[in-house]
Amino acid sequence: MLGFILRRAGLVIPTFLGITVLVFALIHMIPGDAVEALSGERGMDPARYARLVHEFGLDRPLYVQYLDYLGQVLRGNLGASISTHEPVLSEFLTLFPATLELSFCAMLLALLVGLPAGILAAVKRNTFLDYTVMGVSLTGFSMPIFWWALLLILLFSVTLGWTPVSGRIDILYDFPPVTGFMLIDSLLSGDAGAFKSALSHLILPTIALGTIPLAVVARMTRSAMLEVLREDYVRTARAKGISRLRVITIHALRNALIPVVTVIGLQVGTLLAGAILTETIFSWPGIGKWLVYAIQRRDYPVVQGGILLSASIIILVNLSVDILYGVINPRIRRST
Amino acid sequence: MSESTLTEMPGSAEATSASDAPPHPLRELMRYFFQNRGATVGLAVVCVLVLLALFADWVAPHSATEQFREATLAPPVWQDGGSSKFILGTDPVGRDMLSRLIYGTRLSLLIGFVSVSLSLSLGVVLGLLAGFFRGVTEIAIMRLMDVMLALPSLLLAVAIVAILGPGLINAMYAIGIVMLPHFARLTRAAVIGEMAKDYVNSSRIAGAGTLRLMFICILPNCAAPLIVQATLGFSNAILDAAALGFLGLGAQPPTPEWGSMLASALEFIQSAWWVVTFPGLAILISVLAFNLMGDGLRDALDPKLKQ
Repeated sequence: MLGFILRRAGLVIPTFLGITVLVFALIHMIPGDAVEALSGERGMDPARYARLVHEFGLDRPLYVQYLDYLGQVLRGNLGASISTHEPVLSEFLTLFPATLELSFCAMLLALLVGLPAGILAAVKRNTFLDYTVMGVSLTGFSMPIFWWALLLILLFSVTLGWTPVSGRIDILYDFPPVTGFMLIDSLLSGDAGAFKSALSHLILPTIALGTIPLAVVARMTRSAMLEVLREDYVRTARAKGISRLRVITIHALRNALIPVVTVIGLQVGTLLAGAILTETIFSWPGIGKWLVYAIQRRDYPVVQGGILLSASIIILVNLSVDILYGVINPRIRRST
Repeated sequence: MSESTLTEMPGSAEATSASDAPPHPLRELMRYFFQNRGATVGLAVVCVLVLLALFADWVAPHSATEQFREATLAPPVWQDGGSSKFILGTDPVGRDMLSRLIYGTRLSLLIGFVSVSLSLSLGVVLGLLAGFFRGVTEIAIMRLMDVMLALPSLLLAVAIVAILGPGLINAMYAIGIVMLPHFARLTRAAVIGEMAKDYVNSSRIAGAGTLRLMFICILPNCAAPLIVQATLGFSNAILDAAALGFLGLGAQPPTPEWGSMLASALEFIQSAWWVVTFPGLAILISVLAFNLMGDGLRDALDPKLKQ
């Protein structure tokens, strides 16, 4: 088992190095260099320019610059934001819990609705219910989520006035951040109103961000269930007189869940991409909004560091899914 | 098909048509495709979109950029204060929504076409090289593709646009690059599958050169998954382009691109629902149509599901 984990973890290293090369290359493809960006519109005299280029090490060969960058990254130094002068890593760590909280709730919604919907559609195959679930999930899958978020705001915030439009919590409430997760922190503060406010701020972004994973989970669960329900052991179990409900939930579902777990792992990327749009619309102070702002302000250290960190998280999640998969299914553990 | 197998002699199961020859593959494909109601609807919508895009100059009632200053934010025709001059109303500077949406179709399909062609051609070449030569070439190409896949598509696209600068053309490049790994991986897998077959060996023995083997012998046999992926790629491209436009990184105003139309109308969400609703609906409908079509094609091309 340990060998399996180590082998899988070993595969991650070249991917991570590849990402650092990619991010390094992206920034070097920007027209103009850091010195030109500093000098602004007024320009700079050539002597000073040459001195600064030397000072920043931009006159060294590219591979030396890359190795230097890689060394900095491995020591946890991702540079500082141009606009706030804060280290990129600490900004990321401050904002990440907000994105994590939102993504977690979105995934929870996707599972709580998507799994039962997929199971129902598979069990009631080719009925009106099946067609409805599949139609709705294909629509959800095709949904431009930034528009979907606007429609939700239009209906629930503007017309009905049920939920707030933006932010994580009402500015009335002030309590020390303990975990960075607003729901938990507001509970810890002991103020019921604060918790209610945090919850109501979370609802619409959760729906907007959770829609695509929900559709994917529902579709995947349905097709995995259909596959499993055809198996002999399901028929055997039924023939032995076990109730239909028990066969579906115990015998079939457990095996159908294996591909679904993979899909859930893959959705982490979707969630991070979706966070870029959702957070921008709901002014949710997470890394998605942070990245968009950084791009608009041409704050390249933040763009570079943010992309590297997001990609690292995705790699780590995929690694955990891989390992988890091996734990669930011994055949995979042995074959690789 | 099942009825005919019951009534006719065994061995001529496929003989619903007059001759004994099996139906032409294309005809069979079409039969399976059109059995799928969703796929048929998807194809029909795509055809309408293509026609709208081609004949936008004749179909659109007004120009996409003409500003009717006396009629800013006019509601759609069925609502109080709406006029038949502007069927879907006007935007904050008095441009006709319907005309802008129709011209937007042209842009969205163009974005889809350019970025899919870009990633398809590059991806096919990379996949062929990897699958054909294996070894170091394969490792180098596929590792790079894995790295690109580790980044969420929109994040990578946003990063590329951030480097290249915002704009429609750069958005197309970005989306094309982002989709590249999917095509490369599909092609490689299909090529490796084909390489083991006898016809490849016999062509090689007959003296076919490397390029001929790659592009004329093997590639056509790998077309099925690529066609499906290309169709689904269209919907991804339209969606991502709209998202980039919405973030202000894609098409720039006054270009009638659906995503940027949405973004520029945001502040009017409370007073004029139509400026926000219709562009999004246009995106949804076209993405849905391509997805339906892609799903239908996949089912029709996948022999496992035909039984």
